[in-house]
Amino acid sequence: MSDQAAVLTRDGLDALIAALARAGYRVLGPTRRDEAIVYDDIAGVADLPEGWTDEQDGGRYRLKRRADDALFGYVVGPHSWKQFLHPPRRRLWRAERTGENLAILPEPLPETRFAFVGVRACEIAAIAVQDRVFLGGEYADPQYRARRESAFIVAVNCGEAGGTCFCVSMDTGPHVSKGYDLALTEIATDGERRYLIETGSDDGRAILALLPSRLATDADRAAATAATDHAAAMMGRTLDTAGIRDLLLSNLEHPRWDDVAERCLTCGNCTLVCPTCFCTSTEDSSDVTGAEAEHTQRWDSCFTEDFSFIHGGSVRASGRARYRQWMTHKLATWWDQFGSSGCVGCGRCITWCPVGIDITEEARAIRETSSPGVTT
Amino acid sequence: MIEGMEKIVGEHRFFADLNTPTIELIAGCARNVVFQAGEYLFHTGDPADEFYLIRHGRVALEVVAPGRSAVTFQTVGPDELVGVSWLLPPYRWMHETRAIDTVRAIGIDAKCLRRKCDADHDLGYDMMMRFVPLLVSRLQATRMQLLDVYGKPA
Amino acid sequence: MDTAVDPMVPTVAKVVAARQELADVWTLDIDTGASGFSFAPGQFNILYAFGVGEAAISISGDPAQPEKLVHTIRSVGKVSDALVRLKPGDPVGLRGPYGGGWPMQAAAGADVVIIAGGLGLAPLRPTLYRLLAERDRYGRIIILCGARGPSDILYREELSKWRTRLDVEVEVTVDHADQTWHGNVGVVTTLIGRSAFDPKKTVAMLCGPEIMMHFAAVDLVKAGVPPEAIYLSMERNMKCAIARCGHCQFSSDFVCHDGPVATWARLGRLIQLREI
Repeated sequence: MSDQAAVLTRDGLDALIAALARAGYRVLGPTRRDEAIVYDDIAGVADLPEGWTDEQDGGRYRLKRRADDALFGYVVGPHSWKQFLHPPRRRLWRAERTGENLAILPEPLPETRFAFVGVRACEIAAIAVQDRVFLGGEYADPQYRARRESAFIVAVNCGEAGGTCFCVSMDTGPHVSKGYDLALTEIATDGERRYLIETGSDDGRAILALLPSRLATDADRAAATAATDHAAAMMGRTLDTAGIRDLLLSNLEHPRWDDVAERCLTCGNCTLVCPTCFCTSTEDSSDVTGAEAEHTQRWDSCFTEDFSFIHGGSVRASGRARYRQWMTHKLATWWDQFGSSGCVGCGRCITWCPVGIDITEEARAIRETSSPGVTT
Repeated sequence: MIEGMEKIVGEHRFFADLNTPTIELIAGCARNVVFQAGEYLFHTGDPADEFYLIRHGRVALEVVAPGRSAVTFQTVGPDELVGVSWLLPPYRWMHETRAIDTVRAIGIDAKCLRRKCDADHDLGYDMMMRFVPLLVSRLQATRMQLLDVYGKPA
Repeated sequence: MDTAVDPMVPTVAKVVAARQELADVWTLDIDTGASGFSFAPGQFNILYAFGVGEAAISISGDPAQPEKLVHTIRSVGKVSDALVRLKPGDPVGLRGPYGGGWPMQAAAGADVVIIAGGLGLAPLRPTLYRLLAERDRYGRIIILCGARGPSDILYREELSKWRTRLDVEVEVTVDHADQTWHGNVGVVTTLIGRSAFDPKKTVAMLCGPEIMMHFAAVDLVKAGVPPEAIYLSMERNMKCAIARCGHCQFSSDFVCHDGPVATWARLGRLIQLREI
């Protein structure tokens, strides 16, 4: 971007949220609820988790008070933006039956336009991954497209990494480089808390023009760079991605799968919190008169016992097979299907696994004890 | 007559690429047989004294159980072989075999061949190496049939 | 392509005829409207039974007769059960066709060996219609069918009719039978060794239970047919048929979209692994 970066104060940030609301967006951002930082409707900076941070590790998430008043001093929680772009439940169409006639009534395109405030680099990458899933190929999803194209993204550069973060390994962050309308970096040098703001689109430029701001100085830019450098240097986890597709696909019978199977509860938490998991199922219901029926899509998880059910049994009946499916899809076969990794290194699956299974550790274990073999 | 039998034995697919001395040994135990449609070649429990290389027609291998009609689990046709139990004690047939059509076959005298195998272990080994794969493939087929793969899913 | 069209929304067609084939198998003839329904042999549709749900069903009709869409359905669950109960005049939801079809081009000039087990003949019948309509294009045509018992042979009259042609070989076997059956008994793979085809110039198309296809492919390879000339039609749980819901994944492939037809060269190693 050849635009000059600008700087907002806390009030300027408040004005940003208000401007987005006035422009007709439903503004969503991080807020503290149920002892976690989740994404929900926000009306202003007062709704942000000021002065809070998160401590994350395998199977562990706690909020802690910070010593300062940072507005974005945490990383990602159990929510991702996929719940808005790819809703957990949505009706696909209705059917009406009258005698020998059947009418199928598709759903209208959604009217709500989202503004996401506080989108991290790993999340931008995750949205791009889901864009390829839902918009690539010959069967683009028009509902997803409508939500996605109308969404306004205010990214935030991370100033710290979380305990389970590994975006550096996955080459998705911590610095946000594209995919946003506006990008913020929270800096607090020289005793002044302020927000470097960069534009990434015409929509972003238009909103910035409405806000009180000043031009960024070299000192501001240096502080912003230092912040993301600091985050990059303190990643909680690492994952060696060199040749990982071939590594996993040539170790489909590795004993490590038995090992993880003894720990994995197949609860599916990882698939719920993962910002790229996209699997769905469909359900049908009708009213008592039998005149109207609905066909609904809902999130599903490859960890469920009947996910692969066919002809009286499931292909992947064991937990071992289901964990292997999830991990090999995420890190290996996703490449064949969509030309990228399915993992963005956000660490949620590690944090929210009740038994702390760590995808980076599983990959490391297989790599360190693998036998070179035939890849499919 | 004997020359003719060697030719017939040597031409049957089951004994393909046997060397001439071995063919002669086996042919020495062989005779031509004919069964009419519906006739039983042998019943369960009969002494396994003769096994058959089918040349024309087909036979049905059946199991019977009290109170149930016979179930055919395998049909065997031209260029194939019926009867494996002659190889091992107690040398008794373990199933029924019925001619479906008129069957022309080579009957091999099992006692004769067993004697020759005892005397000539190379011959015995060759027979084993021919029959064991047949047994294994029949076993595998039976397992498949047991799975009832075309049946209605549970 | 109209980017606003939602690929998950079906159109409505009408059942014009329903025939019972076997105890739990019915065939529906469906009218999709004036322009007919074009498809490639081996493709499938998603059929919707009002209020009950959708199911993936292979297309079983003649590709040269697009005015009549034919589906043979076995009642195995609540959706298929609702579909087999449809009567002439009933509406049915429909989207498709989906999937890659059988390799008709690759088969040109070759001996074609069709091995069908159980309902496997349903997705293969369109291929047979095409092969027989352009008989000169192919070498030997050999149809090997396996079924549970004599009363479970799908399209039995048609098979008998094809059998009477002098330029087609048809062999049928059943897993078990009583004495009233004078045909073959035994697994379908036993028919392979009894057939004469040139293994180096053969294209084989297999459809049926996965384990049956697996062992048939192994026996074909043993007979000298190259793995890349052996085609299987895979089956997996499908909800969307557009490579979106994730259910039908088989390693890298979405069976609904990258398949369902794939070569043994591609599938062989994976099929032999447990629970992929």
